[in-house]
Formats: sequence, structure tokens, C-alpha cells
Amino acid sequence: MAEQAVERLTDIGPPHYEKFLPPIVATNYGKWRYHEVLKPGVMVHVGESGDKLWTVRAGGPRLMSIHTIRWIADLTDKYCGGHMRFTSRNNIEFLLTEEEKIDPLIAELKENGFPVGGIRNSISSIVHTQGWVHCHSAATDASGIVKAVMDDLIEYFVEMKLPGKLRIALACCLNMCGAVHCSDIAILGIHRRPPKVDHERLPKICEIPTVVASCPTAAIKPVMVGDKRSVEVNEDACMYCANCYTVCPAMRLNDPLNDGVSIWVGGKVSNARTEPKFSKLAIDYLPNNPPRWPEVVDAVRNIVEVWAKHAKRYERMGEFIDRIGWPKFFDLTGIEFTKYHIDDFRLAGTTYKRSTHMSSF
Amino acid sequence: MPEEKTDGTPLLDQLEEGGWPSFVKQIKECAKTSPMCQDLLGQLEKSYSEKIGHWQHGGIVGVLGYGGGVIGRYTDSPDEFPNIAHFHTMRVNHPAGWFYTSDALRTLCDIWEEHGSGLTNMHGSTGDIIFLGTTTDELEPTFSALTQAGFDLGGSGSNVRTPSCCVGPARCEWSCYDTLRTCYDFTMHYQDQLHRPEFPYKWKFKFSGCPNDCVAAIARADMSIIGTWRDEIQIDQDAVAECAEKGVDIQADVVGNCPGRCISWDGGKLAIEEEFCVKCMHCINVMPKALRPGDDRGACILIGSKAPIMQGALLSSVLVPFIKVEPPYDEIYDMVEKIHDIWCEEGKARERIGEFIQRVGMGNFLEAIDIEPRPQMVAHPRENPYIFYEDYFEEGDDESDEDEEE
Repeated sequence: MAEQAVERLTDIGPPHYEKFLPPIVATNYGKWRYHEVLKPGVMVHVGESGDKLWTVRAGGPRLMSIHTIRWIADLTDKYCGGHMRFTSRNNIEFLLTEEEKIDPLIAELKENGFPVGGIRNSISSIVHTQGWVHCHSAATDASGIVKAVMDDLIEYFVEMKLPGKLRIALACCLNMCGAVHCSDIAILGIHRRPPKVDHERLPKICEIPTVVASCPTAAIKPVMVGDKRSVEVNEDACMYCANCYTVCPAMRLNDPLNDGVSIWVGGKVSNARTEPKFSKLAIDYLPNNPPRWPEVVDAVRNIVEVWAKHAKRYERMGEFIDRIGWPKFFDLTGIEFTKYHIDDFRLAGTTYKRSTHMSSF
Repeated sequence: MPEEKTDGTPLLDQLEEGGWPSFVKQIKECAKTSPMCQDLLGQLEKSYSEKIGHWQHGGIVGVLGYGGGVIGRYTDSPDEFPNIAHFHTMRVNHPAGWFYTSDALRTLCDIWEEHGSGLTNMHGSTGDIIFLGTTTDELEPTFSALTQAGFDLGGSGSNVRTPSCCVGPARCEWSCYDTLRTCYDFTMHYQDQLHRPEFPYKWKFKFSGCPNDCVAAIARADMSIIGTWRDEIQIDQDAVAECAEKGVDIQADVVGNCPGRCISWDGGKLAIEEEFCVKCMHCINVMPKALRPGDDRGACILIGSKAPIMQGALLSSVLVPFIKVEPPYDEIYDMVEKIHDIWCEEGKARERIGEFIQRVGMGNFLEAIDIEPRPQMVAHPRENPYIFYEDYFEEGDDESDEDEEE
């Protein structure tokens, strides 16, 4: 009603990407000829025109303050004519048209604690979720584990000394936000006990039919507790997905005694050489041990080093394991194989070994 | 008052050390001026010491006329941390390919400094710019400031989620179609469905320019549009020789890794039997200067991938083996409309399209959307003999009838 109020805009969509493309990209759009990786974190794309665009890739915290983004904007003005981009794995990419500015930019990034690398046969930034910083169903923190693991593995980010690409992802519960289920190494927060029902609060704050319907395994049924309507969980059928907790805060699933971390290996999304595949369980449980999760850091390094030592060139984690077989993977890593490694969900039988091909007995 | 309350953050402080950039430093930087971030630090330290999260989901919050784009978040300890009693996430639709000018970055920062915590994710798992933490009262003013600056909210809930794409032709010689243009066009085409939930559950589009699939479309999108080509790989023999001179072991690294076993190398010339090439990208990845995808480019459309909730994780599977992806994209939009119609009509609540197809069967699904079954759609034909035949002969049927219809 207020006449001086600005018009309320809706459904305008994102800004058109063309507004943000560097001029050299606009002129060479769709006409790039080839690219070369010059050194860790630095590549050059060469156009049919002969134009060259240098990219410097830096790792960053995905959780970023406006102050850091403003600093990135300043660097972008100083070195890149005001243009940059982020990658699908949360890396920061500076786009340069002047070769002589590469090294000064790298020096300034390093001086401020931002590592340069993540291209070709290296570990790229870990994609991850919110964890205890912002998620209601988190079984662990995300940023903290990622920081601890990358502090330990940073040599593999800033150098290109691995046999192939290594993509690590972290999700803080088994909703697996992000491509965790198809990563070379996936770090996954897990709950291990069914939700505790707060019968006092539940009737006041939750709709019982919604709670019942939220369960994928139909493990929740309505009951009367004294004179109150509430729900009951068939604990044998609960798989700790947190769907019920999402729709009803009185179904608390988070549990410091039992929550922890599992490790999965061998997934990939690229079609290169072999088809995309899911990650498979390597370690079913490691304790939550903040602030630096030493058990998780050690487990990830162990798997990385076994792969780095034994894989053939270009072989991703899953391709390596397919070649040597899972028994050998457990031998080489020293990870204990348990009943929990054997699938018992839908179509589990397709995962049993149905041949005599074995290199380890 | 907030300063008195902090007993320090001895656990989080340990994450300021080390070579990787520290998220704790990021939060602390914001906490200098934002009481919200001071309480966030306090609550996070509490989580680190108790090994448990303290957030609650719930309460529908949003901006007027939209059913998505804001995730309601509340602390479970508002007495202890009153400044994060509300701490909602806003998802802001990113520009295709995640390109920014420094001015655009600063504009976003100014808006978020005025209206929220100052903390972001660049970017969230689906691709949005994530504004992390504001109050219910600030949602509408933030939205107003964003739209005045040319930005809009992204998706959440049972709607079209923010589409995302790889860097595409903007900076990649392998892109087999214009992923940025397609992503932008789809984002605009589905504005209504992106902001107003009308589906059984979420629907994601992801656009990758080649089979390397840099946005993980095959693992994470209900519809995965992945660039590929139909003709032969383009070979620059001089550049192949240059690779060999520079130390690429072409026999072991290229020929030996070819899944179609269709490459040969005699030490001087590289040959590819195009007929048996499966377009995996490996040889091109190893020798980007020497090899390029063919000229007859388009995309493979796959359907149905998702993370585990509810019935287990799925990868997308082939729906259209090859299609030209060019404006105005009518053929794809028409197909998507048919899919949405049947899914909205027959799908159960919180059933993704991949799970829906598993339940009704791919054969029936294809029939419902008028697509012919093709061998490209299966890893292999069925192994069990339990075929549900829809037709059979009755005694006395004249078999010659059918032949005569021609």
C-alpha cells in the first residue's frame, strides 16, 4: 500500500550468468581448444583464437564469512580484472589473463593461509554438510572433521603425487546430502540407536499421522501412553534415518553415547574408464572424538596410503579395489571385516561373492 | 552481556591450527560484530564438549508467496543462546557455472551483513549460495534486498530444486552442449515449481557437459543431462606424438585403460575404432591437447538418482541415449511434463521419481510417458523368467490375422 515502497519482485530467477563472465570467456565461449595443467593448482585453457586463460585453484573453508568473501573480491580485482568462480567442490578459482600475476597471487593466497592445488592427481576439497554448525539430524560435526582430515592430508592437495584423482566427501547423517554415496572415500556420521520418544511433548508439538507416515520401514505406530496419544517405535525395524525427527522434534535421535562416524570407499561419478559406482562400507563405526577426531583422521590416511602405494596410474579407489578384490583390500588396510559389512537391506543377495575369483585367502 | 557469557572456546580453538583454512576463524571473524555468531560459537563449543547437536527443525517459515528457499532452524537451548533462538538458512539461487564479479560478491556480502549472521556457504550441496542464520523478522527484508539486487531464492521442500551445471563451454573444451544456457533456461522455465512445492517430493536437474560429470549429475539428480557425442573422437596425430615425447606411456596409460578396447598405437599413429568407443573420456582426459570429443554432440538423459532416503541410494539410468540439447528445449520440456504428470498422479508422498520407477517398473513407466524401450536402458536384460505378459492367445485365435493387418 505504501506508495514509496519499492515494487515487490518475485520469480525473477538468478542473475543471468553472462553478466558475470570475464571478457575473455565471453569471446572464447564454446571455442576452447585444449588445456594443460602447468603445476599444482594452476592450469591454462587455450582458445582456438590463441587466447589464454589461466586458472589458479585454492582450497577454502566452505563455511565462509562475508569478510573473507570481500577479501576474495579484492584479490579478484587486483589479479583477475574482477572475475572469479567457485567449483562444484567449493574450491575458489581465480581467472587470470596475465601470466605474470600467477605467482604473486599464489604468494598472497599462501600468506593468508589458503592452499593452492586440487587439480589432476590430487585430493580436491572435501565436499561436506553442515554438521553441528547448523543441522538438526547431524550425528557428528562436518566442518571439524573436514578441517582435521585436510590438515593431515594437505600434502596431497598441494602436490600431484597420487596415482589418480581422490574425491573425499562427508555427510553428517545417513541422508547423505552431497555426492557422498559415490565418493572415493566417504566419511559418514551415523546414529546407532532408535529415537527416544518424549511422550510429554509429542502430542503438543507433532501430528501423529505425519510421524507414522514419515517412517520408511513402517516401524512407528500410534499408541496411548496413559491418557496421552503418542507413538511407539519397533526398534528392530529402525534404520536411524531421522525422518521422524525431521517432522517431530519429540523423536530425539541424536545420542552422544552412540553417535559416531563410518567410512565408505570406492565410489565415483565419472564415466572415465569404468562406470560410476557407489561407495561401499569399509569401517562401520569410529567414535566421535572432537575437536580433531584422531581415529577418523588415521583411518582415512591409512586408506589413502594403501591406495597410493598399490594402485596403478589413473586407477581410482573403486577401480583399484575391483582389481585386487575386497579380501585383499581388508588385508592391506588391516581393517577388520565384520557381519555389519554384509548387506541385509533390499537385494542384499546381489552383493554376495558368486565366483571363486580370489587373490587372498 | 554476550562478552561476559563466553568462557572461551578451548575445543574449537584447536581447530584454528593447521594448514587447511579454518572455519572456526571464519565464525570468530563474524562474532566480532554479530551477537548471533557469538552464540553460535558458544553452542558449537557445547556440541563439541557434549558430542551432540543442538538444533531443531520445524515451523514453516518463508517469504510471502513462496513455499521454499528458507529452512527453519532453532536452537534447543534458547535460554542459554537467545541470539540464535531463530537461526534460519536462506538458499539463494546461484548464477549458472558459479561465475561472479567482485561487485556481485560485495553486494551479497552487504545484504547479508545488514540482515543476517554474515556466515555463508559458497556453496551448498545443491549449488545454492547459502546464507546461514537469520531471524524470522529478517526474512522478508533480506528477500527484498536480494531481488532488488537481481538475486532470487532457490528451492527447498517438495519442489524443483535449484538446477546446477558444470563450467561448460565457458571454460572447458569438452562440453558437448551449452550447460550454462540450458541450466539458466530450465531455472527460468520452472520458476513457479521452484518456489511453490507441488510434487510428491523434491526434483533435481543437473547438467554436465561431458561424461566426466563434474556436477555428479548421475548420482544426485532426478534428471541427469550428461553431454556426449555420436561420431569419432577427433585426433591430432602431431599432438599425440608430442604427448609420447613428453613421457605419456600411451600403450599402458591410454590403450591399456580403454574400456572398449578400441584404441591401438603403433608407436607413431593412434587409431580408434569409433564403432566400439563407449565415450568414457579416459583417453581424452589423459591427452587433452591431442584428443577431443567428436563434432556430433548432444547429451544422454538419465533419470532417477538420489541419496538413500527413503528406499536406498540410486544412480540415474538411461532414459534417452542421445538427444540434441538446443533451445528452445521443447522436446525435453514436453517429456518432463509427462513425467511430472504421472509422478504427481501416482507417486506416494516423499517418493522420488527413481523410487517410483522401481515400484511401478521401468517398462510400465516408459509406456506411460510414450518412450520406446531400448537396450541402452539396461545393464543387461532380465535374469528371472517371471515375465508379466499382457497378451496371450486363446484357443481358436487366428494367428494369420496379425500378419494380414500390414
